[in-house]
Amino acid sequence: MQIASMHFKERAHANMANAQLQRNLRKIEGKFVSHRRASLSELGDFEGTRDAGMVIRQRALDNLDAWLEIFERNATARGATVLWAETPADINAHVLEIARRHGVSKIIKSKSMVSEESELDRAIEAAGLTVVETDLGEYILQINDYEPPSHIIGPALHKSKEEVADLFAKRHSKPRKLGIEELCLEARGVLREHYLTADMGISGGNFFVAETGSVVLVTNEGNATLTTTLPRVHVAISGIEKIVPTLEDVATLLRLLTRSATGQSISNYVDILTGVKGAGEFHGAEHMYFIVVDAGRSGVLASELRPALRCIRCGACMNHCPVYQNIGGHSYGWVYPGPIGSILTPSYIGLEKALDLPQAATFCNQCGVVCPVKIPLPDLMRKLREQELERGLRPSHERAGLRLWSWLASHARLYRLATRIGVRMLAARAGRERLLHTLPLGSGWTDGRDMPAPQGRTFRDLYAERKAK
Amino acid sequence: MRVGFFVTCLVDLMRPSIGFAAIRLLKAGGAEVYVPPDQTCCGQPCYNSGDRAGTIALALRVLDQFERCDYLVAPSGSCSGMIRTHYADVFRDDPGRLRRAEALAAKTWELTSFLTEVLKFEAVPGSMRAKVTYHDCCAGLREMGVKRQPRMLLAKVPGLEVTEMADCENCCGFGGTFSIKFGEISTRMADNKCESIATSGADAVVLGDLGCMLNIEGRLRRRGDAKTRVLHVAEVLAGENP
Repeated sequence: MQIASMHFKERAHANMANAQLQRNLRKIEGKFVSHRRASLSELGDFEGTRDAGMVIRQRALDNLDAWLEIFERNATARGATVLWAETPADINAHVLEIARRHGVSKIIKSKSMVSEESELDRAIEAAGLTVVETDLGEYILQINDYEPPSHIIGPALHKSKEEVADLFAKRHSKPRKLGIEELCLEARGVLREHYLTADMGISGGNFFVAETGSVVLVTNEGNATLTTTLPRVHVAISGIEKIVPTLEDVATLLRLLTRSATGQSISNYVDILTGVKGAGEFHGAEHMYFIVVDAGRSGVLASELRPALRCIRCGACMNHCPVYQNIGGHSYGWVYPGPIGSILTPSYIGLEKALDLPQAATFCNQCGVVCPVKIPLPDLMRKLREQELERGLRPSHERAGLRLWSWLASHARLYRLATRIGVRMLAARAGRERLLHTLPLGSGWTDGRDMPAPQGRTFRDLYAERKAK
Repeated sequence: MRVGFFVTCLVDLMRPSIGFAAIRLLKAGGAEVYVPPDQTCCGQPCYNSGDRAGTIALALRVLDQFERCDYLVAPSGSCSGMIRTHYADVFRDDPGRLRRAEALAAKTWELTSFLTEVLKFEAVPGSMRAKVTYHDCCAGLREMGVKRQPRMLLAKVPGLEVTEMADCENCCGFGGTFSIKFGEISTRMADNKCESIATSGADAVVLGDLGCMLNIEGRLRRRGDAKTRVLHVAEVLAGENP
């Protein structure tokens, strides 16, 4: 996906000024946040399940090389082929090579965020093949000239029903419908035809299971079931970090994933696909491929950011993020928005291309407390802030300001003098209403807010005086 | 019981009356209050900006100044949270200081939790005839577990009616340097908070952290609301409303 993370502030500005988008973003509370809250109560010990989920994911990551080899061995034993993609470009090359090998002309796809990293759909079309997205949200974006997704589980979350109705009427050349059920039926009518005529189905992978060599897919629309079982060839694409050791681990993670994502105790469909169609079996693809993607992940694995790879892509961190709720996913400028995106994006595309992302957080830790696998998201963003400073990627006035503050605050007598003068001057500048409307070097604050004036004396001076009396 | 009072840099510089209100409460609760005269900053601005060296320099001073006290108490969830939950990380590569930091962290408290849980504070000196709503500051809530403590204390203030606003746990948008680096987003978040406060019908919003106070009051005033008061919980409890 084209990288626009360096334009974070401008994009956030535009998105905050977009009244329609702001109305659409308000759906997050009713659609995700309240459902999640309601669903936690039915699971007796959600905190205990979170602990278990964290341990499962961390254990997989701590021995990832071994689990990957076990996965490859077991998947191969069931007739699948495991391919490794070191870079995003390798994903596209593998897919096109598989398509060539099996004489594929039409490809259907269920949701895969990893394939957004490599702009797979565009590469397929550039090779002269047809690709059709079957996840309703992804389909909406595809027929809108490949608009980028704004959320990892609700890619078209930023669109209203009315906007979708307009788009369908235009693209399908049919009368405009406004009922959600009617719109879904219209999309289903279009997509059914493609399911039946496609040669290859591409899916993502919520989990790759080492002990069985399976891929696990979680959907609500059932599109992944059709995508992976009707065409002759199935290609499952996911990151190296999505390996879990056992099916029992998957059971625990599923309890966390669907509740954290949509507040469902289980999604409408859970597919567990293992190996190619065997003799006498009715369902399944004849050829099955796994594309296991690195694309920056092994670097994260080897770094202090490793806990970020525990992510199971539920979207709870962004749903609960007060920054995301106000600016929307497109502001972040790449595949993964919100708090987890503010860690993954700089890690995968380069910190220097996404300098604002780790900074654009208040560290309110709302993300950290909802994360089902307990990723300490603010702590990881802070580590990226350390890297920005160490690598000289922060503006010089910011570096000078930090140096001045820690130096001054370590020298008590100078600090006493400087603060005594400073607060007196600021207090004198404030009018009768005790407010400062502008601040030296503080327009970031005073463009939208006043600064309540200091009372005029420091606590330390006043306390020393009172004590002396 | 010797309580080291960490006034925090923002209270020290911006609104010292909060510091005196807090000391009055601690003394009323039976604590002997000690105020290290050379205290400055806990190091959080450096820490959250990624400046580990600056953080260590400032955190060391806090260790030196407070470790001989029985407790460290601050009128802030954010600064007490820095010491309680992050000092161990600050000194992670220095085993000797790490032990000292962990010992200090274990006796570091946010004011209202210290009043309710350690001092078992009952007789609140303040009284106030007003309808107020409480804003849960992020670090107090999520790092220090401050939720029912201020509400328990406010319920004891004669004349005070406490009403809950919608989304009282949502961040006000302060976030330290975030409020300046991303002023527009920060302002929008403060705006949402102001809406919740206005809808609650409260005369005043009460909270426990100065950063949020400045942010919320600054936005309320710029929006043209000169009436809704923004008060620190210590001021209300001590009856020292400026």
